[in-house]
Amino acid sequence: MPYKTTVGRTVYRFEDLKTVLAKATPERSGDHLAGIAAESAEERVAARMALADIPLKAFLEDFVIPYESDEITRLIVDRLDYKAFGEVASLTVGEFREWLLADSTDTETIARVSPGIMPEMAAAVSKLMRAQDLIAAAKKIEVVSSFRNTIGLPGRLSVRLQPNHPTDDPKGVAASILDGLFYGAGDAVIGINPASDNIDAVCKILTMLDSIISHYEIPTQACVLTHVTTSIKAIERGVPVDLVFQSIAGTQKANESFGVSIALLKEGMEAALSLGRGTVGNDVMYFETGQGSALSANAHHGVDQQTIEARCYALAREFHPLLVNTVVGFIGPEYLYDGKQIIRAGLEDHFCGKLMGLPMGVDICYTNHAKADQDDMDVLLTALASAGVTYIMGVPGADDIMLNYQSTSFHDALNIRRLMGLKPAPEFEEWLIGTGLADEGMGLIPQTSANRLMIGAMEL
Amino acid sequence: MNEMSFRTEDPWRPLKRYTNARIALGRAGSSLPTKEVLSLSLAHARARDAVLRELDLYGMGRTLSSLGIDVVPVTSACRDKEEYLQRPDLGRRLSEGSRETLGVLAGARTANGDFDIVLIVADGLSSLAVERQAKPFLEAYLPLAAGLKVGPLCLANYGRVALSDEIGSILGSRLVVILIGERPGLSSPDSLGAYLTFAPRVGTTDERRNCISNIRPEGLSPAKAAVKLDYLVRESLARSMSGISLKDEQREMLPDR
Repeated sequence: MPYKTTVGRTVYRFEDLKTVLAKATPERSGDHLAGIAAESAEERVAARMALADIPLKAFLEDFVIPYESDEITRLIVDRLDYKAFGEVASLTVGEFREWLLADSTDTETIARVSPGIMPEMAAAVSKLMRAQDLIAAAKKIEVVSSFRNTIGLPGRLSVRLQPNHPTDDPKGVAASILDGLFYGAGDAVIGINPASDNIDAVCKILTMLDSIISHYEIPTQACVLTHVTTSIKAIERGVPVDLVFQSIAGTQKANESFGVSIALLKEGMEAALSLGRGTVGNDVMYFETGQGSALSANAHHGVDQQTIEARCYALAREFHPLLVNTVVGFIGPEYLYDGKQIIRAGLEDHFCGKLMGLPMGVDICYTNHAKADQDDMDVLLTALASAGVTYIMGVPGADDIMLNYQSTSFHDALNIRRLMGLKPAPEFEEWLIGTGLADEGMGLIPQTSANRLMIGAMEL
Repeated sequence: MNEMSFRTEDPWRPLKRYTNARIALGRAGSSLPTKEVLSLSLAHARARDAVLRELDLYGMGRTLSSLGIDVVPVTSACRDKEEYLQRPDLGRRLSEGSRETLGVLAGARTANGDFDIVLIVADGLSSLAVERQAKPFLEAYLPLAAGLKVGPLCLANYGRVALSDEIGSILGSRLVVILIGERPGLSSPDSLGAYLTFAPRVGTTDERRNCISNIRPEGLSPAKAAVKLDYLVRESLARSMSGISLKDEQREMLPDR
């Protein structure tokens, strides 16, 4: 169904919902590359005006990708909680923005409505929101998940310890893990991107991570970020797998290019659940997403990259994941050109993920061919911490020597926790104090050779 | 030196011998020591310079001509670096002028029959890589290609890997190899990659290519990379294919670097 809006003497006409959504999106290189971006700044605002007047009910009929041809659309529609939607069913997108920001809408209200929100509605409203709106609305939302610790409680910020090494050298990996632990990182997960997807190599790292976690009795979980099929094989071999990881996308075709489907993810989740390795809870899935992946797989169906990103979250919420993070600036300047576009996308993804009920973290990052630097990451980190981001990455010195990109560092995580008065997951906080790494105020304690971890480090 | 220090050193510095990751950096409060802030800035500055540096087509053309091979400068459909970084689709296609130039060359060629191989040097994401590694690599490789019908060397500006498909198909070469600047890492701003495609044509997908990456003195040396490429070129020509199936057998026959 076409939508129209008049600005001055110009009538703007948009073919259908996906066209309005694409044209209303804040400018980014990926939508230009796809040829679906607004052609002028005025057209962009006109599209937002048209979008603001569209009733949320219209989203139940005008699908951006047809129901028949895409299993993600079918999941979105079939699993939507229509009763929860009822509470906002009479609103337009513009009114939905005001509803989210209203003083009367609190944590409980949003939690009640969240299962009734389609990803396209979340994406749509985010396009009408400024950065401060994305922060303020996300801050209201609370999503808690657990495995060996509790992630996402108010006043907490968790950190994934990312000890990557270009050859997966066990001592090289262990050295970075110890460095991260000394800095108080690792409560979200100790998660390695392996240099090789080879099953034997993956099993070796998994076993090593398990022995470090049990040796120091760290209340956290391990993950090797390999393909779901490799994790399933590792579980079949009897190797200790805490979390099953997978990169996911927002269309069936893009997921096929990743070699995954809803059924395969269910298989992975059941395999991990069968091990029963969680202590505090049993959320076993870890997903990564990122704007632009569907376009790069030529599987975007003419839908803008931010809307497709939000569709990932509908897929993710089906699995009650422990962790979900967008890898916001990893994909490169063809999709998010500079610091400004990366910052905007990071705030959108975090807000949409939280609104869809996910424990949303962000890999605040950039590649060297993007027009961005550490200052941009500092700004995004500070904004996201204000928005209540669930977790961020901790990479030694922000420099990932295996994936060749820059993220946030152990120092950055420590800094933002101190600045905003945020603490790690409670079980991990207790461990940091008990192990003599941090004081009650989460200040680092200068280390001496008597500390268990120091002894371990010297004996490596 | 001042007696006072506002810096906390990390006593686990001995761990540095196990990894090049930036560990045991110490801290000033919760932040990096000044030396480490500057060290990270320098690495990033070098990587950015490598990406944005314009390839000196004239100078590079002269350098490569000195190897005794005909050099043809070409350019992709991108107008500048900014467009190049945002429009991979344009970086995969020739400009109209370059298409005409190559068409004329192709017309003159037919008397001598098809080329076995056409080599391309392209700036990609690091002109620095091309400036530093292209000459030593070709010096090592060209003697190995003796006996093959080698086409003119194309020196390409604002090129992506798939630009080699159009160049190879216009020149009617059986096989094409593009040497291209790789995305710079903080510790490797000047790394060159080589991508080989048999029967190149526009629209070829990546699984039909073979790649040799990290060509630089600190990684895979240009001389070793040349031997590796020579092996791949001969196998590809002998078996009329390139890509995944070629790679699988290569793994068994050739020790990895």
